[in-house]
Amino acid sequence: MMETALIAIPLLAAMTAFAWPAERSRRWLLPVTGILHAAFTLALLAARPGSSAAVWFGFDPLARAVLPMVSLLFLVCAAYSATYLDLRNERRNRVFVAALLALLGLLSLALQAQNLGLLWVAAEAATLTTVPLLHFNRTARAFEATWKYLLLGSTGIALSLLGSFCLSYASLYGSGSGDLTFAGLAARGASLSRPWVVAAWVLLLAGYGTKMGLAPMHTWKPDAYGEAPGVVGALMAGGLTTVAFVAVLRVKRVVDAAGEAAMTERTLLTIGLFSMFVAALFLLGTRDFKRMLAYSSIEQMGILSVGAALGTAGLAAALFHVWNNGLAKGALFLSAGNIRRAAGGRTMDEVAGMTWRTPVSTRMFVAGTLAITALPPFGPFFSVVAILRASLEGHHEVIAAVFLGSLLLAFLGLTRLVFAIVDGRPRAGARSLGNKFRETPGIIIPPLVCLALLLWLGLSTPSVLRDSWSAAAQFLAITP
Amino acid sequence: MTDWMNLLIGFAMGLNLLALASSRLPSIIRTAAAQGIVIGTLPLLIEPELRALLLLVAVATVVIKGFVIPALLFRALRAANIDREVQPLMGFTVSLLLGAGASIGAVVLGRLLPMRPEDAQVLLVPGALATVACGFLMLIGRAKAITQVCGYLMLENGIYLFGLLLLGSVPLLVEAGILLDVTVAVFVIGVVMDHIQREFDSLDTRKLTVLRE
Repeated sequence: MMETALIAIPLLAAMTAFAWPAERSRRWLLPVTGILHAAFTLALLAARPGSSAAVWFGFDPLARAVLPMVSLLFLVCAAYSATYLDLRNERRNRVFVAALLALLGLLSLALQAQNLGLLWVAAEAATLTTVPLLHFNRTARAFEATWKYLLLGSTGIALSLLGSFCLSYASLYGSGSGDLTFAGLAARGASLSRPWVVAAWVLLLAGYGTKMGLAPMHTWKPDAYGEAPGVVGALMAGGLTTVAFVAVLRVKRVVDAAGEAAMTERTLLTIGLFSMFVAALFLLGTRDFKRMLAYSSIEQMGILSVGAALGTAGLAAALFHVWNNGLAKGALFLSAGNIRRAAGGRTMDEVAGMTWRTPVSTRMFVAGTLAITALPPFGPFFSVVAILRASLEGHHEVIAAVFLGSLLLAFLGLTRLVFAIVDGRPRAGARSLGNKFRETPGIIIPPLVCLALLLWLGLSTPSVLRDSWSAAAQFLAITP
Repeated sequence: MTDWMNLLIGFAMGLNLLALASSRLPSIIRTAAAQGIVIGTLPLLIEPELRALLLLVAVATVVIKGFVIPALLFRALRAANIDREVQPLMGFTVSLLLGAGASIGAVVLGRLLPMRPEDAQVLLVPGALATVACGFLMLIGRAKAITQVCGYLMLENGIYLFGLLLLGSVPLLVEAGILLDVTVAVFVIGVVMDHIQREFDSLDTRKLTVLRE
């Protein structure tokens, strides 16, 4: 019942928002829905984990391990949007608010989906919902980014549909009923036809990997994240990518059950390390601090893939890292949005000395950067160390070395750019804007909450979360 | 029944090559539409008895892929007032050769993959793979937004062909959801295309080059 509410409430709210007549009060639907959704999710998290026997969707261990993060991230972003939309009141917000709410409903559906077909439908619908959010600013650059996102995203998602069909045929060939529930497919395990399972894994990894933004299918990401409003960037980097990662994990469970665990781990390791390395190289070169966040996200997705390939311990750490990545991206995108609006530019050639102009946002941005580069005492440090430990325990020294090397390069790249825009004297263009930009509580508190949560996750990880991650890792690792 | 099906699938594969060889936008749209109609009628040949939902999906596919989407594309073509020439990034001969090669490869690959005895005689897998490959060629080998959309449609048609193998075992609800998503996708693409046209005064995606590293 409650799991249905998680999907139905945001979708109903989206319809309400679309029908809402008053332009100025519509934005308050966002935080209200966010609070309701978060309350339901946390109640479900605290309750005993439900069964995963549902045919269509259910709050299973994997959903329990990640959905609360998406819900909290949405709440933070919703609170921020209420102020943001007031600042941007020259734009009509009907579609924006409705699409944001629908996105929350579809993310909840995709994370809970127990059926390969339903997962695809929800993931595709969520992708399409982000399109109107991406070009909210209606600049030529925003349209270019949207077009690339649409075309690449649609092609990727089409490949994952083909992969879903292959997996279903694998079950049909093995004299199954072709049923598409993950539980049913995993239970058939060894009777699935191997060549079809391999084809399905390749296509599904390519498809959902595009959605995650793993290299070399990452090219849409810098454009989309660079042009999207901060709220949208945060929800894409923390929410949509999580959906894609969970989809990969669910498919991996089925493919592993069919006896191809060695192959899935090898491919995930390769593509994960490659993504980390490529992202680190781009981080060393980029001059735009919003595109920087996209490359950082590609790197984080690489970390997640590596973690997912390192057995139960690695999986639990990867799920921990899903929380860290989502919350850190919330803090980074929202504070970067403030900085961008105050500075009127986004490259290190145009922006400098932001600690004078927006002292609070800049400090949060720096703290967020240190968190995402895995510096203690923030959460990411602990999840990255856990992944590293899992790789060393599995005697993957080379992997650990590449992993650490990429982290170091990424650290150099991120700090180089961040301190270039933070330090120094404000540029003439920014000074001429005068004191038009004010850091009001509405745009300061949401990223601050993200940072506080990150710190809390690092210093004393709540045991209920720890349990949920290890339960999900067990759920994924055990072949029924 | 199988012969009829194979005939239609072969026809759809021929349309792939026709689309790759076309040098005019309207003929590409018409080819994609014809392909949509051909594959839309296939489910009726596969299932012996007519079920209401099956009929509904078939009719919806034919209407949406054969008429609604092409109409939207023709509207965009008129509204944008773009010139009707296709601008190939990859020459016609090259793309035709690649398309033909992909079709042959698809047949070979289809032979390699294990098939259930009842599916072994049908060309669905080779047809699907060839159509996906040609759609992909169209997507990357042509510069205009409308041709890219047609390429995406062909890609979807190929996946739909593959999905027919699962007809009867996968709930039709899923198929309906997929159809809905595709429709919305093309609709959204159309809206974005409209904005791009207004913003750049062109639908040539080669002009979309501001964002890069």
